[in-house]
Amino acid sequence: MTFLTKRNSFILLIALATGYFFSKDGSITTSVVSTATAFALPLALAAMVGIMCERTGIVNIGIEGTLLTSAFAAFFVSSLTSNILLGLAASVAVGTLFGLLLAVMSVSWKMDQIIAGTIINILATGLTSFLYVQGRTIPSTFPEYDIPKLMDIPFFGPVLFMHGPLFYFGIFVILSLYVALFKTTWGLRSRAVGEHPSSADTAGVSVIRLRYINVAIAGAIGGLAGAFLSLELVGSFERGFTAGKGFTALALMIFGRWNPLGALAAAMFFGLTQAYANQLMIDQVVQIPTQFITILPYILTIIVLAISAGKVRAPAAEGQPYEKENA
Amino acid sequence: MSDLLEITGLTKQFPGVLANDDISLSVKAGEVVALLGENGAGKSTLVKAVFGLIKPDKGEIKISGNVMAYGDTAGVIAAGVGMVHQHFQLVPVMSVTENIILGDEPRKAFFIDRKSAREQVLALSERYGLEVDPDAIVEDLPVGMQQRVEILKALRKDVKLLILDEPTAVLTPLEIDELLGVIRNLANSGVGIVLITHKLHEVMEVADRVLVLRGGKAIGFTSPKESDEAGLAQMMVGRSVILRVDKTPAKPGKPALEIRGLQVLDDRKLLSVKGVDLIVHHGEILGVAGVEGNGQREMVEAICGMRHRTAGQVLVDGELTKDMHPHSVHAAGISHIPEDREKHGLVASYTIADNLVLNQFDREPFAKGWVRNISQVTSNADQVVEEFDIRTPSAQNLASSLSGGNKQKVVVARELSEDLKVLVAAQPTRGVDVGSIEFIHNQLIAARDRGAAVLLVSAELDEILSLSDRVAVMSGGKIVAIVDSKNADRNYIGRLMAGMKS
Repeated sequence: MTFLTKRNSFILLIALATGYFFSKDGSITTSVVSTATAFALPLALAAMVGIMCERTGIVNIGIEGTLLTSAFAAFFVSSLTSNILLGLAASVAVGTLFGLLLAVMSVSWKMDQIIAGTIINILATGLTSFLYVQGRTIPSTFPEYDIPKLMDIPFFGPVLFMHGPLFYFGIFVILSLYVALFKTTWGLRSRAVGEHPSSADTAGVSVIRLRYINVAIAGAIGGLAGAFLSLELVGSFERGFTAGKGFTALALMIFGRWNPLGALAAAMFFGLTQAYANQLMIDQVVQIPTQFITILPYILTIIVLAISAGKVRAPAAEGQPYEKENA
Repeated sequence: MSDLLEITGLTKQFPGVLANDDISLSVKAGEVVALLGENGAGKSTLVKAVFGLIKPDKGEIKISGNVMAYGDTAGVIAAGVGMVHQHFQLVPVMSVTENIILGDEPRKAFFIDRKSAREQVLALSERYGLEVDPDAIVEDLPVGMQQRVEILKALRKDVKLLILDEPTAVLTPLEIDELLGVIRNLANSGVGIVLITHKLHEVMEVADRVLVLRGGKAIGFTSPKESDEAGLAQMMVGRSVILRVDKTPAKPGKPALEIRGLQVLDDRKLLSVKGVDLIVHHGEILGVAGVEGNGQREMVEAICGMRHRTAGQVLVDGELTKDMHPHSVHAAGISHIPEDREKHGLVASYTIADNLVLNQFDREPFAKGWVRNISQVTSNADQVVEEFDIRTPSAQNLASSLSGGNKQKVVVARELSEDLKVLVAAQPTRGVDVGSIEFIHNQLIAARDRGAAVLLVSAELDEILSLSDRVAVMSGGKIVAIVDSKNADRNYIGRLMAGMKS
């Protein structure tokens, strides 16, 4: 039974579900998985924000607020200037700013990081509700760009290579983050700072500076995720637009064991369950109230987390401000 | 040629403690300078300041003639200073290689050049004769091996000055000899060495010069040639050290604590207490001598209800106590000074006043029904702080703000506050300064004289011999002998502790 332990069982579950749909109608499966991928990307990017922060020892529960505010900035700047590139720039700028805000509160002021994150979330809800104007539109969303040749690969072509530019860039960011975290000097130092900051400090690595840099970059990635949501995936903005994605991302980060590829896989799992749930509703396979189907992805995530949670290990210095003199 | 290290007039004030008071020190190439002093004498503070980890209030630090600024650890390392920290500065989840290269990684473009990193580590390990597995994960290594990694890490740059902060505290005697050899070799090859320790024989063995610190002040320089161990000890403590305690002969009464056939498992689920029978009478101190790790800790925890008793009974005044139920064990009359005061003795985030009533906060006079009587807690605290000379500006300060010795006084004060029948004291003076040790010893004897039965467990044989009325020797999970302390022979007990018959 060793095979059926851990995540193998989930991979099996996904394979079974995919197989079930594929046996019914191949084209539906392809479209479902393609939708799932688009659902998954913002979650994966948001999880990257968490990974960047927590790997250097900063807990960031303000991801939701960062996503919300940057999606807002992306949409309204695009709408006001009729230029979605300016919207994108605004979104990344807002994300970075929120990252710096978290850094100031948690690194310099040594505030409790849960409270710092909560402040960011409350600030985001307040700002976006207050400044929200009804009935605005944006000139266009980022157009889909199909990658020639690659798009012709059966199944994988439409799933991976028929998306907009922010999607491709997001995937690039995730893969780069993986490489950077585990193969570069920056990654080694960042992880050391998140695990045992005084080791890094005594080796001449500035804990404070690295935390600032990483939390700011994480914010920028959050900005990218926000822009993807409002400028590429949906093309609109409402109050409470991000609907808890920033919190789901934290769960995915843990499920992915603070590893970018792991979190990407976890996001894909969640995206798939969501896409399947949608498809179930469309097909009306089962006659139960739709609310129950909508909660399915969340329930599955809870189950998955509950099963895998005992075996994961967070960066050891997470949540603790660095006090040099107690080194 | 200027000295490798030159410290002039260094002063550092921590809240409530003057850790370094106008200390000057210079170290030349090829010389081993030992910093000798008790816990809290300011040795670590001094070298941390050298390394840029602590900001001195006054004074100047020059390395090879250049003044170093606070916070410039990278600059200090670049100037050729390596440091082996008292608390290992290793990232537990990373490999040996990653830990050694951290901060100055060999690289190809942006990427870490793992191959040459690994080769560097192997070369380093060979050069200094310190064997390590470059791919092992640090947390899987035994402490002696982690120490090697820490030393290699410090030696990686061509160090001119190596600082070792209590490097031998966690090593076995064989590893210590090895390390002292390494230190001597390094010095012979021209490296200046600062060795922090409070073990006198190490100083005698390797040091060229000794700077003795006491209470943050430099007491003076000496050398192994001019002094001997007794002389060093006297400088370190400030008076001649005789760990003899004045006490009247015991007047043992009826049995208070009875342990019958006690068997206990350790954390690895191995039998570590293998059937212990002991009786401690009212009005006597029974000392348990033994090399640490022979079941003493498990025995104490089982007596106090903190660890499951696989077999056997613990009785107080003839009444059975419950297994795994610290609260009822305490109610039965057993007080406990735990070995690990940080973990089991105090709540660091509570005030000193609250910590002083942890064992009776829910009873009269400190509470009425469900409501606490804070004014009683406060007046009790003020009185105890005075009586036990706990050094704190106020009893309303957090327990975490106290120094080790004062924390221990809080624990002792609390456990002795009641009319106790039995006191189980595990390592009551570990990591405590000499003044407090004396005080705690006197308190234990006073408790005995009030009729309490005291079970004293300590790794310090001197402490056992000077306090106890009877001495039980524990080895391999069993009590191998019980002797009267008046005619106890150190060597005889030492042999028994080591597991030798007679």
